[in-house]
Amino acid sequence: MTGQTDAKLEQVCKIIEKHHSDGSKLIPILQEIQEVYRYLPEEVIDFTARKLKIPAAQVYGVATFYSHFALTPKGKYLVKVCNGTACHVKKSIPVLNAIVEKLKLSEGKMTTDDMLFTVETVSCLGACGLAPVMVINEDVHGMMTPTKAVAEIDKILAEEAAK
Amino acid sequence: MTTDKFVLVNGQEVPIEGEKNLLELIRKAGIEIPTLCYHPKLSVYGACRLCVVEIEGRGIQTSCSTEPEHGMKVKTHTPALRNIRKVAVELFLANHKVECPTCDQMGNCKLEEVARKLGVNEVRFKKIKDFRPADTGSVSIYRDPDKCVLCGQCVRFCKEIHGVGAIDFAFRGKNTYVTPAFGRSVGEGECVNCGQCAAVCPVGAIVVNKHIAPVQKALDDKTKTVVVHMAPAVRAGIGEEFGLPASHETTGKMVAALRRLGFDKVYDTVYAADLTIVEEGTEFVNRLTKGGVLPQFTSCCPGWIKFIEEYYPELLPNLSSCKSPQQMMGAIMREVLPEKLGVKNEDLFVVSIMPCTAKKFEIRRPEFEYAEGKRDTDEVITTQELARMIKAAGIDFVNLKPEEFDMPLGDKTGAGVIFGVTGGVTEAALRFAVEKVTGKVIDSKDLDYKAVRGSEGLLEATLDVDGTKLRIAIVHGLANAHKVCKELMNGEVKYDFIEVMTCPGGCINGGGQPIDFNQAAKIERRTKELYDADKEMPRRKSQDNPAVISTYETLLKEPCGEKSHHLLHTKYYKRTF
Repeated sequence: MTGQTDAKLEQVCKIIEKHHSDGSKLIPILQEIQEVYRYLPEEVIDFTARKLKIPAAQVYGVATFYSHFALTPKGKYLVKVCNGTACHVKKSIPVLNAIVEKLKLSEGKMTTDDMLFTVETVSCLGACGLAPVMVINEDVHGMMTPTKAVAEIDKILAEEAAK
Repeated sequence: MTTDKFVLVNGQEVPIEGEKNLLELIRKAGIEIPTLCYHPKLSVYGACRLCVVEIEGRGIQTSCSTEPEHGMKVKTHTPALRNIRKVAVELFLANHKVECPTCDQMGNCKLEEVARKLGVNEVRFKKIKDFRPADTGSVSIYRDPDKCVLCGQCVRFCKEIHGVGAIDFAFRGKNTYVTPAFGRSVGEGECVNCGQCAAVCPVGAIVVNKHIAPVQKALDDKTKTVVVHMAPAVRAGIGEEFGLPASHETTGKMVAALRRLGFDKVYDTVYAADLTIVEEGTEFVNRLTKGGVLPQFTSCCPGWIKFIEEYYPELLPNLSSCKSPQQMMGAIMREVLPEKLGVKNEDLFVVSIMPCTAKKFEIRRPEFEYAEGKRDTDEVITTQELARMIKAAGIDFVNLKPEEFDMPLGDKTGAGVIFGVTGGVTEAALRFAVEKVTGKVIDSKDLDYKAVRGSEGLLEATLDVDGTKLRIAIVHGLANAHKVCKELMNGEVKYDFIEVMTCPGGCINGGGQPIDFNQAAKIERRTKELYDADKEMPRRKSQDNPAVISTYETLLKEPCGEKSHHLLHTKYYKRTF
């Protein structure tokens, strides 16, 4: 194991300890673990299940039930396009399609090979007044159009290229 | 119980007598309500929606999740209810892989039965579930998620009765399916191979993994001498496949059928059960009198063995070192049969017929090889599989003339017969140990140890043996084993002897027994059958088995001696999953 994974696993242990290895706190524990890895790796789910003394199948069940949890690594920039009723009516799908096309993604592949972007749809972000809405990591972008959305992506690409 | 409280079911007064839910009460009144997800011993899930009833003032409700209340007015078969049930079954069928004539569950399928009874004659909906590959990685069970109706009985059984939870629901909505973590095979994880998930599965999404083909191949191979032995519990089960009650006669018909199938010798695992008692009983008396590790756990159940290796390796020193009867039988056969039958071990093919799917796992353990890569027991087929072989061979089982087992490995006592029921190993061990400790012969009228008989999942008994108090626990259902093991490790309880069987009721209710969805009834019936068989036996103590006595005289010399140690004992180790 590399030093980095060791350090991460130590963080996982701390999270579990903080919750007193209480299986009924599974969801908050998984949420915090996901903050460490940005997703839930298989071996970490197994590790957590053993620590909490709950079957791995059950932890997997919870992790796959909620769309908040990811079982595959996510890109550095998580792009959420809202497709709730208001955003849908305000043409969120063309926004999504434009981003997908821009990043050369497809239905089964929503993370770029360079691990820079992951694109998701969500059902409602509660910002219907700004429909259609797109969120990149923590930043909310309202009144999106395909052109504006692609411009935001381009902006990030330029920033990353400058690094 | 008398009561003045009642529910009006279709206008008929039905007394409330402690029923947990309306469904039980309605069924008690002789009205049939179909269900797919209901199991009386499991938590209520309310998913299949077939048990819906109309309650005055409350509308349409699932009866499985409604408590009976005095004065409730319930209708069970209104046109609206029938329609709901029919549509529900149509929806099930739409997503179910319908391949009835070739399906393993054929003849025992609840979905088929319900569809037929409700008169579902078309499916108007399209399949929306994605294809999921079958899980072929377990030696004990075969899972086909495409047949699953998500009733969750397997999930709840594994979690609630066993405290194992090898499988669970994953994903949501139309993508939901039952699986171990990360879609792995159930054979890779903590599954103890008990096969109870297959026993409760109403639709054939989980079935016993069949090993008929390799057995048939050996039978057809002229160079092989194929010998077979059958477990105690098989005789309380096989008859059900042919509409016959368990009896000495039915067992005899099975012996005859095995000869018709081409088995060269038909022996009885009960001989090895008797041998196990002498070894395990001696081991217990030695631990008791020489200050060994107590309590002593029984070691004949392979589901329990895997469980203790996984969850309580600290308690492995408490486990009897005795092999299970199946493996004792295998070891003895490999030792004596080549000379007796004039055949090389490589050409001797050993088959055991078991009520149990975990036995399929047990024979493949590296502990049980007579030479590198050569198994003591070549194949296990379950009671279910034997019935199939008999039917496929066109044998008219019902009209067969009963035959006797081959000797000497077919000799038996009543003590070995009751191995198949929970508490039976303990009772058999007591019939041996009490004589050994007291030096007095137990009177034949005192052989029934009623204190260790019963259907509780955790039964405790204290027995006074010449002033020594023996504290005994009898456990079935592994959730109860979890409880006992934890309490033992915390020092909360003290016992001398603990019997553990994985399946509720013991081996008679094993995962490989004929399918019967009424768990309580089948356990009660088969339990009685084995106790009755014990009563009829001329010999009822393992130490009186002539074949066992002669095995000690000619081969083993003494119980727990050097030869026994080599042939009949083993060691188990911590297992991670």
